[in-house]
Amino acid sequence: MARRSTPEVNAGSMADIAFLLLIFFLVTTTIEKDKGIARQLPPIEPPTEKPPVIKQKNLFIVNVNKEDQLLVEEKLMEVKNLRQAAIDFLDNGGASSGTAEYCNYCKGKRDITSSDNPEKAVISVQNDRLTSYAMYITVQNELVAAYNFLRNRESQRKFGWKFTEIKNGIDTGDINDAEAEKYKPKMEEIQKMYPMKLSEAEPKKSGQ
Amino acid sequence: MSKFKNKKGGELPAVNTASLPDIVFMLLFFFMVVTVLRQNDLLVKNELPKADQIEKLQKDRAVYIYAGKPSDRYVSQYGSEGKIQIGDKYTDVKNLKPVLAELRGKLAPILQDKVMVALKVDKETNTGIVTDIKQTLRELNMLKIIYITAPGNEIDN
Repeated sequence: MARRSTPEVNAGSMADIAFLLLIFFLVTTTIEKDKGIARQLPPIEPPTEKPPVIKQKNLFIVNVNKEDQLLVEEKLMEVKNLRQAAIDFLDNGGASSGTAEYCNYCKGKRDITSSDNPEKAVISVQNDRLTSYAMYITVQNELVAAYNFLRNRESQRKFGWKFTEIKNGIDTGDINDAEAEKYKPKMEEIQKMYPMKLSEAEPKKSGQ
Repeated sequence: MSKFKNKKGGELPAVNTASLPDIVFMLLFFFMVVTVLRQNDLLVKNELPKADQIEKLQKDRAVYIYAGKPSDRYVSQYGSEGKIQIGDKYTDVKNLKPVLAELRGKLAPILQDKVMVALKVDKETNTGIVTDIKQTLRELNMLKIIYITAPGNEIDN
């Protein structure tokens, strides 16, 4: 008996099947990209320690009430103006020239009733327990933006690169370790010029 | 001089599509590998607030905490008060400590000191619940936190 030759399987529709699967996975894939505002919490201090005394003029108080309204330095303010207000406060450099506290890189108004220098300036945020989280994040975002703006300005002036861009590059790995080492001391210098001093007061009970 | 003359006429040869399935399969495998099916079934609403001054989270040392109002289908059961979710169940503020300590224990030993707590909180939640979480984290000495946000800016819209 003559052997029957096996018929060849038609593989023409293979591509269609693969395409179908491909489209399914394309649609279901969510490449996770978790990003956010990083923060370091203060450690719990022993109760015997006295909190450091901060002069009133070096303190920038941001109050958020349960209606999500903003009170900055005892004045009502729109959120969109917060960033500039924070920059003005941090960059004020009120200490008179010649003193040890004089800030030679500040470009602010040098108002003696506002902060002495960025190192002394503290931003204190106080929110109500009923403040919405969206508002909380917006306020934090604006304050971090104020610091980033000043750090970028100084790093641009001194080294010719932007602080946030380099930091981002190191985080994502676009800048290799050897280069990152070179940037590190300079970044620390910038961080020292504008140290992030954001304090959060214990929130008040609602209605107080 | 007909040595180099084409055997056929000037017709264009058909493009060989035999390798098309291979290419598609390669893409398919890429997406299959990259796809992460959600491990944590969300029990709370989770619409993140927007921010643009952001940093990237290093996943290997992250512990996730979700918070928000219970999802629509759980409202009748748990009410509409803000809740904390860790893993795939609700956690009370009082139980937060042991649960978090356990999660930290599961990380690689070298990373346990560098643990970063990722807070995924719904934007309509009250800040009070976040404050409670932060207070617990301070007690546990897990001081590095990151508020996970969506790209954008709340002020612009």
